[in-house]
Amino acid sequence: MSGIYIHIPFCKQACHYCDFHFSTSLKKKDELIHALAKELLMRKTEFKHSTVDTIYFGGGTPSLLSISEIQFLIDTIHQHFTVSEAPEITLEANPDDLSVSKVEMLAQSPINRLSIGIQSFFEADLKLMNRAHNSTEAIECLEEATKHFDNISIDLIYGIPGLTNAKWQENIETALSYNIPHISSYALTVEPKTALERFIKKGIIENVDDDAAQEQFHILIDTLEAHDFVHYELSNFGKANYFSRNNSAYWQGKPYLGIGPSAHSFNGNERSWNVRNNSIYIQNIENDILPKETETLTTTDKYNEYIMTGLRTIWGVSLDKVAQDFGKNYKDYLLLQAESFINQQLLYIDNEKLLVTKKGKFLSDGIASDLFKINL
Amino acid sequence: MKHIRNFCIIAHIDHGKSTLADRLLDFTGAVTAREKQDQLLDSMDLERERGITIKSHAIQMEYTYEGQEYVLNLIDTPGHVDFSYEVSRSIAACEGALLIVDAAQSIQAQTISNLYLALENDLEIIPVLNKVDLPSANPEEVTDDIVDLLGCDPEEVIHASGKTGFGVDNILKAIIERVPAPKGDPEAPLQALIFDSVYNTFRGIETYFRVFNGEIKKGQKIKFVATDKEYYADEVGTLKLNQVPKKSVKAGDVGYLITGIKTAKEVKVGDTITDFANPTTNIVEGFEDVKPMVFAGIYPVDTEDYEELRASMEKLQLNDASLVFQPESSAALGFGFRCGFLGMLHMEIIQERLEREFDMTVITTVPNVSYHAYTNKNPDEAFIVNNPSDLPEPTTINRVEEPFIKATIITKADFVGNVMSLCIEKRGMIMNQTYLTPERVELTFEMPLAEIVFDFYDRLKTVSKGYASFDYSPIGMKVSKLVRLDILLNAQTVDALSALIHADNAHTIGKKMCEKLKELIPRQQFDIPIQAAIGAKIISRETIKALRKDVTAKCYGGDISRKRKLLEKQKKGKKRMRQVGNVEIPQQAFMAVLKLND
Repeated sequence: MSGIYIHIPFCKQACHYCDFHFSTSLKKKDELIHALAKELLMRKTEFKHSTVDTIYFGGGTPSLLSISEIQFLIDTIHQHFTVSEAPEITLEANPDDLSVSKVEMLAQSPINRLSIGIQSFFEADLKLMNRAHNSTEAIECLEEATKHFDNISIDLIYGIPGLTNAKWQENIETALSYNIPHISSYALTVEPKTALERFIKKGIIENVDDDAAQEQFHILIDTLEAHDFVHYELSNFGKANYFSRNNSAYWQGKPYLGIGPSAHSFNGNERSWNVRNNSIYIQNIENDILPKETETLTTTDKYNEYIMTGLRTIWGVSLDKVAQDFGKNYKDYLLLQAESFINQQLLYIDNEKLLVTKKGKFLSDGIASDLFKINL
Repeated sequence: MKHIRNFCIIAHIDHGKSTLADRLLDFTGAVTAREKQDQLLDSMDLERERGITIKSHAIQMEYTYEGQEYVLNLIDTPGHVDFSYEVSRSIAACEGALLIVDAAQSIQAQTISNLYLALENDLEIIPVLNKVDLPSANPEEVTDDIVDLLGCDPEEVIHASGKTGFGVDNILKAIIERVPAPKGDPEAPLQALIFDSVYNTFRGIETYFRVFNGEIKKGQKIKFVATDKEYYADEVGTLKLNQVPKKSVKAGDVGYLITGIKTAKEVKVGDTITDFANPTTNIVEGFEDVKPMVFAGIYPVDTEDYEELRASMEKLQLNDASLVFQPESSAALGFGFRCGFLGMLHMEIIQERLEREFDMTVITTVPNVSYHAYTNKNPDEAFIVNNPSDLPEPTTINRVEEPFIKATIITKADFVGNVMSLCIEKRGMIMNQTYLTPERVELTFEMPLAEIVFDFYDRLKTVSKGYASFDYSPIGMKVSKLVRLDILLNAQTVDALSALIHADNAHTIGKKMCEKLKELIPRQQFDIPIQAAIGAKIISRETIKALRKDVTAKCYGGDISRKRKLLEKQKKGKKRMRQVGNVEIPQQAFMAVLKLND
């Protein structure tokens, strides 16, 4: 089982906090879609022995694509790869693109899951982050989408300067009122070289407050867990059977193919990533060149990645898997390193799996780093 | 002997000494094109990188002038106040000195004090105005400065450029014509001055010397006067870029000696070499046992590396006799060594060499000077305190003395106010103020050496915008009102962070220490109180808030590799931290007291 990720590197306007790869000029859209199709062809042998179980259109803003363009790309995948019986096919969408007619058409297409970038239902937050949609569009799109789709995920951002706990609680309640089965939620993060970073430096926007963000994260967990959501990955909450199959593959070390500029791929041994530039990407693909860089993982790299991703999920780090995949000395090392965290009640072992406690959840990066093996 | 010239170079750091030396070697053909590299005489990587000379070096050149063959011995000297004794011995080995002055920056304090040393030793001074090709050069004014200082004729100042090689022929001419040939009696008993030694892994210690009288022959039984030890001269020779073995090195010349000595301690710079059977009655004056000025603890980051650290320090001592150390233990850091250094630069160099050459990650504790404590019980007997923890109980102390220095600072007139405020803040007393020129002022202070150890250089640089040079010499011990400032982390005293401080400054420094440590110690999973205390009295407090969340939000396909690398880097950083109690302290926090004003 494996997944295909397709990166659509276009947006109507730039959100202040975003450091993903995108362009606000749509001039090269046609050329790019053809390049995506050609990359799929060029890389068809990479998944020779595996069925494609998930397809994910991410971005950028994939909802900028027309239905026929989406259909064309899905058809291309079917042409070159073996796709499973009931694949999960997700489209990331922005509220301002989800008109009544667009939602209706999407419902007719093979897309069976929407991941909607709501971020907040409050106008002030949306303005501050320079989102393309307004609060009315946020509400209206949910009303429409829930009529036609049952598998919907929405994104919500907390820790926004000026966002009170009460307002945050209200955002969560609004989402719950639409009976959304999956929520991805992140703290607003100030990424280097973003507009947000510049505005904070200049004092135009207040800096993010870690303590406030942490409180809001608590509110989120408590509220969603009270509504039968499973906190299955650090930033992801889903009701039973609604976990993101595509994203879970990332955290479980399964292979995936990333198509398009800046997309990353993983085949079990190597990670590779395409160039982060639309023109260079198109030019190379047109000349039959895959514009990617590759890194081969060592056993230690793989171990470190497994620790890092494992601790973020409810599946935890399997001690048997560590012993089996990396060797007994890795398992011994892991247990030795984990001991002090277990004593501090930040980690626990359940059924031969190493997991973070509730308190440990917030510290899992630091803990993972301590459990890492490094060669000095 | 009349065709030998021995000379050294006096220059301030960055005035182009090493580059000009390279040009001299080129010009006389001492170096082939294949052997050429920048700063040829600076053999340690560290010297080349920092652009400073740490060890003394010597090299012999041959030069034909007006049909006569001359042998020119250049003794290159260290350019930092930490090594002023070595400089004085190199000067004593010469008859002449090139005084190199940057045509843009003019004369600096260090240069002047070395120049006085050279004049005291009756050296012929050849002033050289270097970097005359720079657009910022100001040859007229700087020549005036030199003339004022030396009382020489403006025509005697040679214009040169180490970069282009301009003026090198004139320098060589001046060396031959103006530096006197060595005097000495080739028939007298052997009398030679040791001016440096170098450790060679295969051959042991190579001793560099200058013969004043007699000669030193291969196979001769010799004696070192100060250490009173006897050796056989297994090999003697002169120093070209490579060593050239000779049957003997005669009066007036400079050379090297190999005796199979394995440790640098046995070869003391300034010592006299003489013949065992027929010793000279005339030892070379000026020998001193070099005393360390600054002390600090050096501890392995990982306690298990103690023995390895000991072995590394012993090896380092083989080629750096001025490093002294003895085992000590700290409640916070476990087993380590109390080390004595010539100064702050020397301390940094040792720490860096341990890391580079021996791959040891170490923690260096707050440096301090050597104090004399007198107890009420025994008010006439000094108890030497090289570690703040050794200071006796405050109630039992009669008085404490600390070393004072005479500090000389040369700066631009514009900065006199700033420099004075700094020195006064550092407990300095102004002794003298002289206008060398209308723009350049020489200030003399008496101040505690301990204040130089604490962030003085950096601050001097800042307040003078880089236009101040500094030199010092010890002037003895004086009584001071000193207290021990302790730092508590999580209610536990961390002895490695204790410092002796003047009582009047203790509150300010205690407060700054707490603030600085709060900045340097990363947040951990619990609150960490930081307190500064004098005895049982807490004078300042800060808290490092517990880290409750360190996890970043998203981690999708594209983030995994980047995030893994980030966390690996974090782990590497932690490996360099030291666990004290349950608090992890990064290396640089132990030096926090030196960075209070950053």
